[in-house]
Amino acid sequence: MMEQKKPVVLELKNITKNFGDTEVLRGIDLTVHEGQFVTLLGSSGCGKTTTLRIIAGLEYPNDGEVLLEGKPVKNLAPEKRNVNTVFQNYALFPHMNVYNNIAYGLKLKKVSKSETKERVTKMLSLVQLDGFEKRMPSEMSGGQRQRVAIARALINNPKVLLLDEPLGALDLQLRRQMQYELKKLQKKLGITFIYITHDQEEAINMSDVIVVMRDGKFEQAGSPTEIYDHPKTSYVASFVGSANILRGTVTSIKEDTAILSGSCGTMACKTEQYEIKEGSSYTLAVRSESISVWREAKAEQYITGTITEKSFVGGMLRIVVTLEDRSEVVITRQGINFFYDIGEKVCLEWAAQDAVFVDMEGKQDEK
Amino acid sequence: MKKKRVSFSKLYLVIVMLITYLPIAMVVVFSFNDSKLPVAWKGFTWKWYQELFHDAAMIEALKNSLILGFISCAMAAVIGTLGAIGMARVNYKSKGMIEYLSSIPIMVPEIILGMVFMAFFSLLNLPFGMVTLVIAHTAFSIPYVFMMVKARLVGIDKSLEEAARDLGASPSRIFWDITLPLILPAVASGCLLAFAMSFDDVVISIFVNGPRMSTLPIKVYTQMKTGVTPEINALCTIILIVVVLVLLVSSFFRRGKKEYK
Amino acid sequence: MKNKKNLWGLCVMPLYFFTLLFILGPMIYMVAVSFAKNNGGAYGFTWNFTLNNYTKIGDPIYLQCFIQSFKLAFATTILVVLIGYPFGYFMAKLSPKGKKIMMFLIMVPFWTSSLIRLYGWIIILQVKGVLNTALKAIGLIDKPLKILYSYPAVLIGMIYALLPFMILAVYSSVEKMDWSLVEASRDLGASPAAAFVTVTLKLTLPGLLTGVILTFVPSMGLFFIADILGGNKIVLVGSLIQDQLTRGSNWPFAAALAVILTILTSLMIYLYRRITHVKDLEGIF
Repeated sequence: MMEQKKPVVLELKNITKNFGDTEVLRGIDLTVHEGQFVTLLGSSGCGKTTTLRIIAGLEYPNDGEVLLEGKPVKNLAPEKRNVNTVFQNYALFPHMNVYNNIAYGLKLKKVSKSETKERVTKMLSLVQLDGFEKRMPSEMSGGQRQRVAIARALINNPKVLLLDEPLGALDLQLRRQMQYELKKLQKKLGITFIYITHDQEEAINMSDVIVVMRDGKFEQAGSPTEIYDHPKTSYVASFVGSANILRGTVTSIKEDTAILSGSCGTMACKTEQYEIKEGSSYTLAVRSESISVWREAKAEQYITGTITEKSFVGGMLRIVVTLEDRSEVVITRQGINFFYDIGEKVCLEWAAQDAVFVDMEGKQDEK
Repeated sequence: MKKKRVSFSKLYLVIVMLITYLPIAMVVVFSFNDSKLPVAWKGFTWKWYQELFHDAAMIEALKNSLILGFISCAMAAVIGTLGAIGMARVNYKSKGMIEYLSSIPIMVPEIILGMVFMAFFSLLNLPFGMVTLVIAHTAFSIPYVFMMVKARLVGIDKSLEEAARDLGASPSRIFWDITLPLILPAVASGCLLAFAMSFDDVVISIFVNGPRMSTLPIKVYTQMKTGVTPEINALCTIILIVVVLVLLVSSFFRRGKKEYK
Repeated sequence: MKNKKNLWGLCVMPLYFFTLLFILGPMIYMVAVSFAKNNGGAYGFTWNFTLNNYTKIGDPIYLQCFIQSFKLAFATTILVVLIGYPFGYFMAKLSPKGKKIMMFLIMVPFWTSSLIRLYGWIIILQVKGVLNTALKAIGLIDKPLKILYSYPAVLIGMIYALLPFMILAVYSSVEKMDWSLVEASRDLGASPAAAFVTVTLKLTLPGLLTGVILTFVPSMGLFFIADILGGNKIVLVGSLIQDQLTRGSNWPFAAALAVILTILTSLMIYLYRRITHVKDLEGIF
């Protein structure tokens, strides 16, 4: 963020799209700079694929404008845009071998045979598939097909590469490896990537900019740290950081720390850039790993509840505490040891800087 | 228990196949029999093969059948393939009706097709012969090609065409580079089926062939009503050998070329 | 955009043209002729509206012929299903190599003239034929069986000619089936038979329908099999129509017969679809 911003390659201006009566996109604005790795993150049906297809030209927006390197391309056919796509199911041509698949874009541009051969060979070694020229797609594994799809899309030297959940069909281990390789590739080539995923881990690992989408709108756009540490809305907080969302009324403000009282206790939160008023109610997000659990309260602010569930998920112990108002708070711990049992009453605490105010938009102006 | 069931199924397949091949074996055996009647074995001879090669009428009929098969097959391939491709993309109200009508030739008994063609062609004053035969055979060949290609088109992943567009292909390039190669196997198998049906058709041909034109099946049919000469056995044996060779060669080539979904 | 639409429109033009001119045209003409008045003599009829051609079908001789045709078509179809379904089913369970060989074996007869294969049956079934000689040799019979030129011979011929269609239709539909569904139903407590009826049969019904149509419809029209293997004892609608057209020269009556036959076969197909809830022809197409 501190670095000098490179020129803008792609701009979306107030894009809307309807399929029949359903509004898929309701006014989307996006600015992408050269060489950025931008991820559209959201659950299925949020409109991320449609956004991608509009950029590719496979779909036309009902309203708004798409600017590629400053030129409006809204109504330009996909074959006339310098943008290429890696499709979700790879969409490799089943009747062509790897060489012909990758060379297809060059063949259409009538690039000479010798140059085509050189560029395809280079591309193949870039995606580490040297010697696979003669293979048919049906004879390859998912990971290999994925690489071919990327090579095929990259050979035209696109300004922007669009990737539609390219790792979705791969198993976890392969996915992690491909995340790393894709990021490396993108850095090496310096091409702008616009990447779609519903996996927040993928988004955080790879992106320069994450755009969280929900119901055809952008909830928040920013760097992974921004999104993770300073979620603007409760949706972003819970979707990206799997944070707990709590509500309370501000009773006092000491310097930059607000004290809130909720139905199950009191909570502390840094005010940060917001102007917090005493007596008003606010929503805050606290990430599950920042909450500490005690039998007896150690801090001044704490909420109380009963442990109702313990499970081991993805290398983490996940503890669910049910508060008196029946809402649930999720706490995660490294390792498998946890000294409290199900049914025990506990106090939950966190440091004021570990909580953030969310859903502030419309409540007040930022400072 | 399991083993027993497997062997039963195999036994069943073998028995049905044996019965299927029994009559064919008879024809082959009696094509070498030194007797005009297919009753008892009278010794080995090449006689019927020699006679067959000198039987101008028979060779003429074979030639007619081949020409008819190829032309009607080619016409059906063009009309059926173009039709299936076009139908997938146009939105005419009459689409469903035309699809239904075009499938009539395989939905009604052949004899009806034969008779309506006969009546209609004489109404149009078309000269009965190769022309009428070709029209009739094309009519019942179209549905085979059409349906095969239609089914294949439905099976093609839409993102393949989008990927080609994305890489810079114009709609016509997409058709030549992607769509056509992918439906070609369906066109081929539709054509093969159509050719087989045409090459074997008696019922429709008999109504529209006219007084002088004879195809192989018609020739065989007339002989069967009047009296079969063992030449026919010989001819059938030759066709059988050709078919087996063609099928073997084609399956050999298919093995060389990798299959794709 | 508009141009593209026109291009696809151009693609369907030959199909439209051909279908309208050579399918719809003749069909309409047939219906029209069936209401015309027969003048007797060579191909003579006048455009005077009459229902006589249809009332004539009610004549017991002709009615009998219809009934006989349907009986034969039904018997053929049922037997072809009984023989062909297990065949297609077993075939689909073979190893890939076994499937290839079986497919080859089915395709070869398909490509050889069906007439000549019928002739093979004549060789087998005739009084002094292979079957009788063999049966006599092993002492099963004293007097030769007179199978040829009888109803069973016609039935054999029909089954023989139409079986491959059923096999191919069933085979491709069983092959496509997801076997884990059968396993799931077994897992949920279905007996092999129950699993077969509730899952396998249900899922392969489209293929079976295709097979039934490809068997039933032609069996109404394959008059030459009855002609060759049945002598003149079995007169089917097909033979009747052919007779009326060629020897009888009564076109309007032949047309009326054809219209009724078309309606009846369409009705059968419609009913079968309603019962099995299958919409599209599936299987070998």
